[in-house]
Amino acid sequence: MTEARTPLWEVFIRPRNGLSHKHVGSVHAADATMALQAARDVYTRRGEGLSVWVVPSAEITASDPADKDALFEPTASKIYRHPTFYEVPDEVENM
Amino acid sequence: MAQEASTTSIVTFLTRLGDDQLVLGHRLSEWCGHAPTLEEDLALANMGLDLIGQARALYTWAGELEGEGRGEDDFAHLRREVDYQNLLLVERPNGDFAHTILKQFYFTAFMTPFWQETSNSSDEALAAIAAKAVKESTYHLRHSAEWVIRLGDGTAESANRMKRAVDDLHPYTDEMFQSDALTKQLAEAGVAPEPATIKDQWQATVTEIFDAANLAIPEIAWPQLGGRQGEHTEDMGHLLAELQFMQRAYPGLQW
Repeated sequence: MTEARTPLWEVFIRPRNGLSHKHVGSVHAADATMALQAARDVYTRRGEGLSVWVVPSAEITASDPADKDALFEPTASKIYRHPTFYEVPDEVENM
Repeated sequence: MAQEASTTSIVTFLTRLGDDQLVLGHRLSEWCGHAPTLEEDLALANMGLDLIGQARALYTWAGELEGEGRGEDDFAHLRREVDYQNLLLVERPNGDFAHTILKQFYFTAFMTPFWQETSNSSDEALAAIAAKAVKESTYHLRHSAEWVIRLGDGTAESANRMKRAVDDLHPYTDEMFQSDALTKQLAEAGVAPEPATIKDQWQATVTEIFDAANLAIPEIAWPQLGGRQGEHTEDMGHLLAELQFMQRAYPGLQW
């Protein structure tokens, strides 16, 4: 099985209603139908999900690790963006 | 609903059905660690576990109905070769991946409508087993059918292997639709459908998938029969030697 014949697919699973799909790993498969089946077989063996997405890995555009400082450092000094300055009333049990 | 089926008949039928699932499940387990890809290794083992789970439920219910103290292990591990009444199709050696996948497709294209019908069985426990099994079988059918299409309509190599698998295994498919005194009695009592009534649906599924896979359905010159009477191919003894080894070597072993 060559990489060209069975490209890589990223797998996303939604564990239950109301939650969003989460990346869980990847599979090799010839096409989308087979990728979906492979994802089901490999990643939902223990009741992990109610819905599966597969996306061709080649279709993902990723940030360059070398840009890490430029992209993510500037946010570190903006602590006022965190909602930690509010007192949560006791009556609000779950936030 | 003409008359009730005797307990002995139902026990024999459950055993027969359990044997089909157990033997094919065991064949699938032989792929564990040997499949062409990691993804397919898990897929084959998953299907094998579904089938062995169905066999366990069928054997357990057969033992309870019989009322002589036999449990699932007694049925699975402690009978002689002639006592197994599985289809010859399911005991065929795995061969290459094309043979394995086609064997699965032929069998599950039959079992899916069979379980569907049987989920209305007059035997409530069997109806419950069927209702669970039909979900598993539906996935087995989808998975094996997609592979038949991709191999048959794939490279020259995969198409050739698929054609060879069809030539080798097709003569074993007639056995699924054979009726005998037992199937007639159970059909009349509403326990399970006559296998012959499922043939049209099976034929339609196979035709649809073979058309997409560029495969032709061959004529069967000489149907291979005998499993239902305990007359097995020479491969069955070897299969049982491995399947039964632990219980024969360490009687009553629990884990």
